[in-house]
Amino acid sequence: MSGLAWQLGTVVAITPETPRAKTFTLRLPHWQQHRAGQHYTLRLTAPDGYQAQRSYSIASPPEQTGEVAFTVELIDEGEVSGYLFEGVQLGDQLEVRGPIGGYFAWDATPQAGPLLLVAGGSGIVPLMCMLRHRQRSGLRNPTVLLYSSRTPEEVIYQQELTAMAQADPSFSLQQTFTRQLPAGWAGYQRRLDEAMLGEVLGLLPAAPQCFICGPTGLVESAASTLAGPLGLPASAIHTERFGPSGT
Amino acid sequence: MQNSFFNRGFQRKRPAPTGHVLPPGQYETQDFPVLSAGPTPRIKPAQWSFGLTGLVQTPQQWNWQQFNHLPQQDFTVDIHCVTQWSKFGTVWRGVSLDTLLDAAQPTAEASHLMAHCYGGYTTNLPLTDLRDGKAFIGLLYDGQPLAPEHGGPARLVVPHLYFWKSAKWIQRLELLSEDAPGFWERAGYSMYGDPWKEQRYRDDDEDLAAQAP
Ligand SMILES: Cc1cc2nc3c(=O)[nH]c(=O)nc-3n(C[C@H](O)[C@H](O)[C@H](O)COP(=O)(O)OP(=O)(O)OC[C@H]3O[C@@H](n4cnc5c(N)ncnc54)[C@H](O)[C@@H]3O)c2cc1C
Repeated sequence: MSGLAWQLGTVVAITPETPRAKTFTLRLPHWQQHRAGQHYTLRLTAPDGYQAQRSYSIASPPEQTGEVAFTVELIDEGEVSGYLFEGVQLGDQLEVRGPIGGYFAWDATPQAGPLLLVAGGSGIVPLMCMLRHRQRSGLRNPTVLLYSSRTPEEVIYQQELTAMAQADPSFSLQQTFTRQLPAGWAGYQRRLDEAMLGEVLGLLPAAPQCFICGPTGLVESAASTLAGPLGLPASAIHTERFGPSGT
Repeated sequence: MQNSFFNRGFQRKRPAPTGHVLPPGQYETQDFPVLSAGPTPRIKPAQWSFGLTGLVQTPQQWNWQQFNHLPQQDFTVDIHCVTQWSKFGTVWRGVSLDTLLDAAQPTAEASHLMAHCYGGYTTNLPLTDLRDGKAFIGLLYDGQPLAPEHGGPARLVVPHLYFWKSAKWIQRLELLSEDAPGFWERAGYSMYGDPWKEQRYRDDDEDLAAQAP
């Protein structure tokens, strides 16, 4: 990982996902195949030499060769997300280094067993990479995504996730909303809790590999509930926390 | 190419007032708060001596005059107290621990130290944390002799750890083959005290065990 060189990617697509999330697709001169769940470090340099670095999970599957996509949520007063939202246009260059990380990673191998994915907010990004990778590989291992959002408007990749679930009975999409519900919503309408996690776990035929990503509080409570009362072995639970990052 | 590259229109968003980064949970202070467990010992330089003992090949003992003849250096460092203040760019003059340890030559088994102080205060440190320019015995602060309330005439300064490790009124460093808790550590404080990991209390040390090679 320390051996990875910085490279200048060119922005070839900017896709609005929600009012506060955009996907930036970069074409890389030295593309390297990643594992689903890994991330890149992005570095911004000001004309006066000031630099800021932040981590961004890879949204695009490893099958999408030559480019990587990052989905970035706009953070109030955010230094890097704010610049990406307001300052970056098609054709611009961004400096990145990656892929990084080996622990929060999943490979679509034929032996892959059941999968439980738990996301909060932009924590969906690395899990979406796993789902896209799984889909491209034609894998049908039993998979559940439990995705918590505050409002319907804030759900990233809603259409793609819905289509994926409709096309593939081995994939179950479970959503919960904590502040505002979609019209006619009959599903979960609260924060993740033991009952909810127990129910989604029950949709799987056997104990799954589990990937949890989102704000620190959600990740902590989901992981400790799954490992504690719900009895999953700690070694089967992988977590990634998206807190504000220092430099 | 990389040296000349910049992102058009990008600039620092929150000009850090002093150009420094605060560890988590800390706030910046301009003054120099004093915190001690007991009354301030007042040690006259003539009474002061400093030694390196324990697992060393050549135990050392310097009096004030001898110590002041050792090579001195200037250090500008940020300091972080566990009570949550941080002070940026403090300026010291003192003797590097590298100079002192080179004179004493720790034995192969030496891995930790206990700092012993006038007044009875103790605190523990790994030997590697005092090496390679990371620590010094401070004699002058801001160009002035170190005031007694700040540990004068001489204190240990280990800026990359919480400041309770920077023992005031330093008297002796004892080299040991294993870690043992000092004064605050026995009272439940972290055995290591990394401000960037917020290792304030013993409970915060769990990740130390997990990280041990
Ligand atoms: C492995 C990993 C993967 C990640 N993947 C993604 C991803 O896929 N998508 C994504 O959107 N994010 C992701 N993140 C988070 C991302 O790295 C950034 O933390 C995020 O984009 C915010 O950065 P920023 O520069 O916009 O905000 P920052 O400028 O860092 O600010 C973040 C928050 O802290 C506050 N703040 C910071 N400094 C100060 C200060 N001095 N005073 C007052 N308030 C302050 C700000 O107001 C803001 O609310 C990931 C993080 C990690 C660790």
